[in-house]
Amino acid sequence: MDKIKILSLIVTALLFVPMANASELSLHGFLQTNYSVRVNDDNPQGAKQGNLILGEERAQIKASFYPQKSKIGIFVKSDFYHDWVEEDWAFDFREGYLDFMDDKFGFRVGRQIYTWGVGDLLFINDVFPKDWEAFYSGRPLEYLKIGADSLKLDIYSDIVSAEAVVMPFFEPDDLPSVGRFHFFDPYPNIPNRELEKPDSAFEKFGNMEYALRLYRYIGDFDVSAYAYKGFFRSPGMKADNFNSPSVISLFYPELAVYGLSAQRSALGGVVSTEYGYYDSLNDRSGKDPGINNSQSRFLVGYQKAFPEDFTVGIQYYGELMHQYRQYKDNLPLAFAKRKELHQYITLRLTKLLKYQTLKLSLFTFYSPDEEDFFITPEVSYNFTDNLLGIIGVNIFTGAEDNTTFGQHKKDSNIYVTVRYSF
Amino acid sequence: MKAIKMLFVVSLFFFTGLNQRLSFAQSELSAAGIIAKSRLAFYYAGDDMRAKVMMELINKDGQKRVRELTMLRKDYEEGGNQKYFMYFHKPVDVKDTTFMVYKYPNKDDDRWLFIPAINLVKQIAANDKYSSFVGSDFTYEDVSGRKPDEDTHALLREDKLEGRNCFVIESIPKGSSEYTKRISWIDEANFLPLKEEFYDKQNELYRQFEAQETKDINGILTVTKRVMKNIKTGHRTEVVFQDIEYNLGIEDSIFSERYLRRPPLEWIR
Repeated sequence: MDKIKILSLIVTALLFVPMANASELSLHGFLQTNYSVRVNDDNPQGAKQGNLILGEERAQIKASFYPQKSKIGIFVKSDFYHDWVEEDWAFDFREGYLDFMDDKFGFRVGRQIYTWGVGDLLFINDVFPKDWEAFYSGRPLEYLKIGADSLKLDIYSDIVSAEAVVMPFFEPDDLPSVGRFHFFDPYPNIPNRELEKPDSAFEKFGNMEYALRLYRYIGDFDVSAYAYKGFFRSPGMKADNFNSPSVISLFYPELAVYGLSAQRSALGGVVSTEYGYYDSLNDRSGKDPGINNSQSRFLVGYQKAFPEDFTVGIQYYGELMHQYRQYKDNLPLAFAKRKELHQYITLRLTKLLKYQTLKLSLFTFYSPDEEDFFITPEVSYNFTDNLLGIIGVNIFTGAEDNTTFGQHKKDSNIYVTVRYSF
Repeated sequence: MKAIKMLFVVSLFFFTGLNQRLSFAQSELSAAGIIAKSRLAFYYAGDDMRAKVMMELINKDGQKRVRELTMLRKDYEEGGNQKYFMYFHKPVDVKDTTFMVYKYPNKDDDRWLFIPAINLVKQIAANDKYSSFVGSDFTYEDVSGRKPDEDTHALLREDKLEGRNCFVIESIPKGSSEYTKRISWIDEANFLPLKEEFYDKQNELYRQFEAQETKDINGILTVTKRVMKNIKTGHRTEVVFQDIEYNLGIEDSIFSERYLRRPPLEWIR
């Protein structure tokens, strides 16, 4: 199904090309090299190329065709790359969709990237698939987002506007994987695990994922309300016996999320706030240690610009577990014990120099309860309008080996990206 | 005879002095008025406007970078609130990026940026009106204007610039500002600024604006070519406005999240 759709999109795109007027057809892309090297020699089991976490040459082609005075348009973005770690050549079909636009509504069907919510690298109501491995290994930010094969309906009105999304094919998050990253595993002696992915909605209609966002201005506040029904994108665990298991399997538990966000200019900057109720549908009682407890997630953020192209952003984020007593009572010994309230404080500093060709940035996650950090200082420089160079460091550090960032503390890495855009 | 001559010289001296004093008094009253009129002519022409803006950012070695964008502007009140919508054509790595500004003369702007690669609309902090607009020599304030009552204005003299009669006005910021003194040459006939000099804390000239070409667009005189030079770094930005149109009846709804995400094709081409 998926492949047929992709092919038909490409064929349609090619058919459009000869008919197209130069200003309506746009063809761009880039050539890029991207390397990331672990700074210490303590490589994880299964590491294929020693310290090399990421090594690739990549070409991206981006084509769009939006004919004048037409209600339809098409957009395709695809990568072709060589991966030095897997020693492999591959396509990465990033996005590809058909657009239909009318006065009061619009449709977009195909693979598309969504970014919802007001957090900066903290996602509450953004329930769409993400590639954390890409993010942790120093690939450009756009690779944090994975396109979802979906249909989106936009409705525009003065009272309230809406984005309604249906996703028939479940797409999990890409998490740091074996061979590239160290990570905490409560049962290292049971390496063989079946991973059960939800069938597509064409096979099982009940697996259709729905995401809805309603938005409008209320006074000076830019307000959104969200709802989602689908699955957790990181797996839960099933075991015959959690205290001394012999068989383990992984699966994606059902999830519903309801939330709100608001943003406005205030206090000499921009103030943001967001809330989401994570309803863990398969474990409302909170007794199943293999499934995330229901949670309230919330954040408050503030960003301010200072003279000379200097910007500061700070955020406070919290995850409050709702069935904490049940969680504690049922927690297997092997598991890392989480606090009832899990928190992050983030800081972003950005400074632009030399007519904005040189950018110095720093992003820091700090969790006071897990006592771990993820710190990313980065320098990027536009040699010309077309040639961009980036060098940065992903620093993982923490008191324990079983926390979100602490588990990767041997994976701190230096990354380099050079991109030529055309 | 000597006495008469003497009386004549004295009276001449007296009269010219008085005359000068009179014109000085007049100008003191009107310098702020000239600046206010100039702001309306330069930043508020028409009720709305569309233009293709081509910018060349040129460093002291002559290396060029290009910014090409379509700009839509709508005025809500003469001298008051405005909305701007910008769609970037070039450089290629920011193509399809859109940028929206709600300009309020009495408080910080609201600004939103759409980043197409991750389909993200982001409200960005806008309290930095002296930061560079897209890496050019123009600040945000240069692009969207400054309220006349933020400076104390004085008419220094009248002058000829490229054959045009100009008011030469000195503006001193009342509060803290990027510059400590600005000298403006304003065309007496149409109030467009033809030249501006910006001075820093050492009272040295560091930035200079020049209007290089002015055209009549549907009866509205418009600066179509302008340059801002940084005297200290040798960097300059040359800007050409093309395909300018006024009073198109651009709807208010264009300046919204909807069109940030899906640029209004009928307007941006």
